[in-house]
Amino acid sequence: MSDVAAKVKAIIVDKLGVDESEVVPEASFTNDLGADSLDTVELIMEFEKEFDLAIPDDEAEKISTVGEAIAHIESAVK
Amino acid sequence: MELKRVVITGVGTVNPLGNSVQEYWENLKKGVSGAGPITHFDASKHVTQFACEVKNFDPLLYIDKKEVRKHDLFTQYAFASTAQAIEDSGLDLEKVDGDRVGVIWGAGIGGLQTFHEEVRAYSEERPRFSPFFIPKMIANIAGGLVSIKYGFRGPNYTTVSACASSTHAIIDAFNMIRMGKADMIVTGGSEAGVNEAGVAGFNSMRALSTRNDDPKTASRPFDKDRDGFVIAEGSAAFILEEYEHAVSRGAKIYAEVAGGGMSGDAFHMTAPDPDGRGASLVMKWALEDAGIKPEDVDYINVHGTSTPLGDIAEPKAIIKTFGDHAYKLSISSTKSMTGHLLGAAGAVEGLASILAIQNSIVPPTINHFTDDPEIDSKLDFTFNKAKEREIKFAISNTFGFGGHNATLVFKKF
Repeated sequence: MSDVAAKVKAIIVDKLGVDESEVVPEASFTNDLGADSLDTVELIMEFEKEFDLAIPDDEAEKISTVGEAIAHIESAVK
Repeated sequence: MELKRVVITGVGTVNPLGNSVQEYWENLKKGVSGAGPITHFDASKHVTQFACEVKNFDPLLYIDKKEVRKHDLFTQYAFASTAQAIEDSGLDLEKVDGDRVGVIWGAGIGGLQTFHEEVRAYSEERPRFSPFFIPKMIANIAGGLVSIKYGFRGPNYTTVSACASSTHAIIDAFNMIRMGKADMIVTGGSEAGVNEAGVAGFNSMRALSTRNDDPKTASRPFDKDRDGFVIAEGSAAFILEEYEHAVSRGAKIYAEVAGGGMSGDAFHMTAPDPDGRGASLVMKWALEDAGIKPEDVDYINVHGTSTPLGDIAEPKAIIKTFGDHAYKLSISSTKSMTGHLLGAAGAVEGLASILAIQNSIVPPTINHFTDDPEIDSKLDFTFNKAKEREIKFAISNTFGFGGHNATLVFKKF
């Protein structure tokens, strides 16, 4: 697991209060991990803070699964 | 329209004297102070370094782990006291018609700590506010969340009138049931103002006691050397229920809500009217609403915050309203023990009044050392020691910044 993936998972576990085993790449924040629209915004903010990124709203809207978040961040921090 | 009778069928609390109703009452009777050095934050640079904090509070007894961080402390306290009260009422949540149960809550400030943290983070760390900033901070959120947890779809709102907030909430809940708009209402209030902004804000107003060398005697209502109130936090909740509804489900009844009064000082932003006009008026309206005479009242749980001006105006108002009967009343300020819970004061003090009625014991005004020549010494403030007394009617006064006055009348059942 990449460094980015590990950090992303840790943030999700912390913010959504879910078990680490549930945080798989295909897991959807809202459908599988119990997030509501506010939780999703907060996750994006945490990713921005952790990786020192700016994720514009139109891009943030496309991030709905764990895997999409990791992929977006990995491409952005390269 | 014939008004319905309203009784209290469940109670709950977390406050500086205890995290259950029983613990609270034991400490009220014994005259225990809830004050101590502030532990919630580093208060070493603050003028006042002590408060009446809730001790050993475990939110996980009431809220799911992943939910805790989404709720300001004032909401967590609301979850705690309402859960206790609902359990105490013996209400069967499966059977009750949620459409006929409301939540009318009181909070004077709301999520002050959330506001502070978020503004700080926005200024120092990130160019955004958390999406939870607004819903976590707004003063009405606690009542909304309680209704969501239990599926109570009746009247739902929060009253905001500073230190009179929860008394207004209870009066509104009483009136709502009286008028037949609901069968039951979860009411009361919560506050969590023991934080940097709360302490420093009230310090700037010179409202808080600065007796850092002796926190436990700092809240000394009606004492000559009182020097301000002691800030406190916590919550109390009541299940108010229409009498026939309570009887039909065999509920235990703590006391009856007999009446409520409300008035405005129309005088000053923070100072009380020195003649106690608004305070006298609110007690008069409350007695009228309950349909009783001043002579019927046995006990007044006063606002009595331990501030220089407030503690002079309120006794004057009592004499104005009660005449000679004022000297036969038992009076006490339980803020001498709990400190001042701001928007939750009316709830914890209403609870003290109900427990006093039920147990025929007047809790004391502790920390009395020296009489104040400006306060009529013929009044019985129940100084330092609880007193046995049969109480048929008790009233509870609360006054808030802005000149908001609210008084409740409780009757022995």
